[in-house]
Amino acid sequence: MSDNLIHALSSPTDSDTVGADVTVLHARLVESASATNSLDLTYRVVDSPVGRLLLAATEVGLTRIAFESEGHDAVLGSLATRIGPRILHDDKRFDEIARELDDYFDGHRHTFDIPVDLRLSRGFRLEVLRHLRDIPFGRTESYAQVAASAGNAKAVRAVGSACATNPIPIVVPCHRVVRSDGGLGGYLGGTAAKRLLLDIESAA
Amino acid sequence: MKRPFEQAVTEHGTVVLRVCRAVLGVEEADDAWSETFLSALRAWPDLPDDADVRGWLITIAHRKAIDVARARARRAAPVDRLPERPAPQGERPDQALPDDALWSALAALPDKQRQCVAYHHVAGLPHTEVAAIVGGTPAAARRACADGIARLRLTYASNEVSSHV
Repeated sequence: MSDNLIHALSSPTDSDTVGADVTVLHARLVESASATNSLDLTYRVVDSPVGRLLLAATEVGLTRIAFESEGHDAVLGSLATRIGPRILHDDKRFDEIARELDDYFDGHRHTFDIPVDLRLSRGFRLEVLRHLRDIPFGRTESYAQVAASAGNAKAVRAVGSACATNPIPIVVPCHRVVRSDGGLGGYLGGTAAKRLLLDIESAA
Repeated sequence: MKRPFEQAVTEHGTVVLRVCRAVLGVEEADDAWSETFLSALRAWPDLPDDADVRGWLITIAHRKAIDVARARARRAAPVDRLPERPAPQGERPDQALPDDALWSALAALPDKQRQCVAYHHVAGLPHTEVAAIVGGTPAAARRACADGIARLRLTYASNEVSSHV
């Protein structure tokens, strides 16, 4: 009999309903935390033709898109260290971003209007990322061309590493940088993903 | 703490809500939960990485529950004398709780016994941590918890037989 009482206290039979209530309270927490600038980051995971994508944003804008292969938990852990651990899941914050991504994958959207926050990049890599945003939908440039445009024609390898560490792939279109011999070049999300993105853009 | 705060909500959000309900009743538990997690979010970066997150959250929830109960007392209609203690449960104390009879019985306990039972049996904290939260010695916390359980057995026993086969 004693076990029944202790068990009822410690092992809830109401987990489902309490869990649903916590979901409601969580949404409320996101709202009040945003309103009081208490958050470093919010995030959401969306499905896409290149797999599940982790989207993370600061107040300023979208700051990270991570492919599933990067390990979303590991990426969130790294963001907690680099930007701040006051991180909450929030679907609503990303409705517009998710819509723009959907339109892009459908071939209907050629540029992204959502604000981005490039705080994870510095120096020459940041210069490269800024230039990448100027390469139009459906076009490609070689690593050497990008190096020259970013202000250092000899820094071809540095362009490669800037692309490989691009914190906001797809929206900052590093997939539009290919080898001058016509080869695809590497891609953080895998060469199949790069191929798919370029195919979407050439078909549209 | 360097981990994303979302993990704290995922791992401990449910138990903190059950504790708030056990201490305050369903109606006011939501406010206490919200205040607890907003405070915890703000303080999260300063929490040491090896801290006991659940104990830390329950400590905050304990203070927030006191705040909520005091606010309720201030809102209460003026009376000639203060009630011996504020009514522990909300208007619908039984809503969404696992066992109506059990949680009503819990709500009828004296504050300290109810807190000690909630923090030890619902939250799973050891008596030493419970004592640090409610004040007093671990032995006193253990005693209050045991007294609370003994009282629950009296008030809850008849229902227990029928509701827990």
